Amino acid sequence: MNLFDYIRPATLPEAIAAGARPGASYLAGGTALLDLMKIGVAHPGQVVDISRLPGLDRIERLDDGAIRIGALVRNADLARDPGFAAACPAVAEALLSGASAQVRNAATLAGNLMQHTRCAYFQDPHSACNRRNAGAGCDAIGGETRGHAVLGWSDACIATHPSDFAVPLVALDAVVEIAGPDGPRDMPLADFYALPDATTPGGVTLAPGELITALRLPPEAAGFAANARYVKLRERTSFAFALVSAAAMLRIEDDRIAAARVALGGVAARPWRSSAAEAALIGATPGTDIFETAADLMVKGAAASGDNGFKIALARRITTRALTLAAAGTPARMPALPASVFAPVTGTASHA
Amino acid sequence: MTLSITLVVNGDRHDVSLQDARPTLLDVLRDRIGLTGTKKGCDRGQCGACTVLVDGRRVNACLSLALTVDGADITTIEGLATGDDLHPVQSAFVACDGFQCGYCTPGQIMSAVGLIAEGDAGTDPERIREGMSGNICRCAAYPGITAAVLDAQARLADSERTNG
Ligand SMILES: Cc1cc2nc3c(=O)[nH]c(=O)nc-3n(C[C@H](O)[C@H](O)[C@H](O)COP(=O)(O)OP(=O)(O)OC[C@H]3O[C@@H](n4cnc5c(N)ncnc54)[C@H](O)[C@@H]3O)c2cc1C
Ligand code: SF4
Ligand code: FES
Ligand code: FES
Repeated sequence: MNLFDYIRPATLPEAIAAGARPGASYLAGGTALLDLMKIGVAHPGQVVDISRLPGLDRIERLDDGAIRIGALVRNADLARDPGFAAACPAVAEALLSGASAQVRNAATLAGNLMQHTRCAYFQDPHSACNRRNAGAGCDAIGGETRGHAVLGWSDACIATHPSDFAVPLVALDAVVEIAGPDGPRDMPLADFYALPDATTPGGVTLAPGELITALRLPPEAAGFAANARYVKLRERTSFAFALVSAAAMLRIEDDRIAAARVALGGVAARPWRSSAAEAALIGATPGTDIFETAADLMVKGAAASGDNGFKIALARRITTRALTLAAAGTPARMPALPASVFAPVTGTASHA
Repeated sequence: MTLSITLVVNGDRHDVSLQDARPTLLDVLRDRIGLTGTKKGCDRGQCGACTVLVDGRRVNACLSLALTVDGADITTIEGLATGDDLHPVQSAFVACDGFQCGYCTPGQIMSAVGLIAEGDAGTDPERIREGMSGNICRCAAYPGITAAVLDAQARLADSERTNG
């Protein structure tokens, strides 16, 4: 780890001023940044500890029914907040399927959304990587690509975004609240993660000094609470990043789908939505046929970026599974294995 | 520049001056305060060997910068027993063969203390396994670990009934 200066500003304006200096990096829970500093991928000259900034750790219901969550709310606290988990069960399930209890106790909302790709070549300072070093090239292409993208990638970058939390949030039209030297601004989370184009690798771009202060879920988000699931396929039962995941949320009225939200994780540089897939579900009676149609639309245009063509078939199946589970209804209690493909619909233990 | 922090570890106050900002809580506990019960496995949040309680919550000490926990109340494996009387979670690990080589054990026990305090798992072994999945055991003593957490919960519930 390189030497760095450490400061802990007392107010948001002080944090923004410190964060705007060249080489500065914000630190919240530290579980992602410290890891990258240890492996030599991040080397901030100044670490700006925002973990004690006042007023950023609240979960609020706004007058219009929107939910506002402060940037410093810890992942475990959000998942366990009874009001939030009841309103947005798929988000709680996604959170609880991520990392470990220890990491979730430290990890913050903003840190989770800002985490970098887990691309092994990004994490190896000796590999060429356009995300770390613009114009350097991409050593992932032609390398070990099991975890890489099958949608929205380019020859500039084939990385995926690793956050589970972000997947249902994008489906629910979450909005990121950002503060910075030029004042506050809002941005839809869906646009927050740029896809790569022919020459640039994509990712998050915040201006120097800008930081996330909160995340807002619109009032409609809670309307999916009765039929909302997250399903995450991993290489082991627990404590692993998603190979492919899906959030599915339905509003069912008179046995028909009145509204639908679907997003895939682990397949692109951002959680992947398809307006065609969601439109196809509307008005239909929930069932395997329509779910498979929607799943086909979710992966429309998908292409292997290496040795990962299997993820396209997997994404279709995980979409169908997530929709099937959502249609069956949100379980009364969080499943023992959140988001697991091993968890049966009834919620009884299958790994005993 | 010297930086100084204060930690209350297992009830004792420690003032520690750091040469630079880099040490993690794990390094300070082991190398500066001399409490080597907390282990370093991966140093990257992936194994749980370094689990301690910070203000009552289980976290990975290897992913906490010491400066960020300045002023915090830390509990490590050394702080659980009262004299020669083991903490109920420690006794349960002994009784249930919750370890072989013992390297992961301090982290397992601290994680179990955190899990029991969180109160989400109940007596469902599947929920306990999931809740303990941040602690890897190279010896694969997992069946004993799950049994120990169940046993410890029962012991703690019993002692609560007796004491209160
Ligand atoms: C072993 C392990 C397994 C994991 N498994 C999963 C998993 O399965 N699923 C999953 O989704 N995640 C997983 N994670 C990632 C984990 O969710 C992140 O490490 C965590 O959410 C980061 O939050 P933090 O507060 O600790 O961030 P930090 O490490 O403090 O910061 C992360 C980044 O965000 C920036 N940042 C922090 N706060 C702000 C802000 N307010 N505004 C702007 N920028 C900010 C920092 O500058 C830094 O670049 C895993 C992590 C580990 C270590
Ligand atoms: S896939 Fe993207 S993150 Fe990975 S090496 Fe290539 S450019 Fe870097
Ligand atoms: S040493 Fe901290 S998790 Fe492995
Ligand atoms: S007892 Fe040996 S690593 Fe767990």
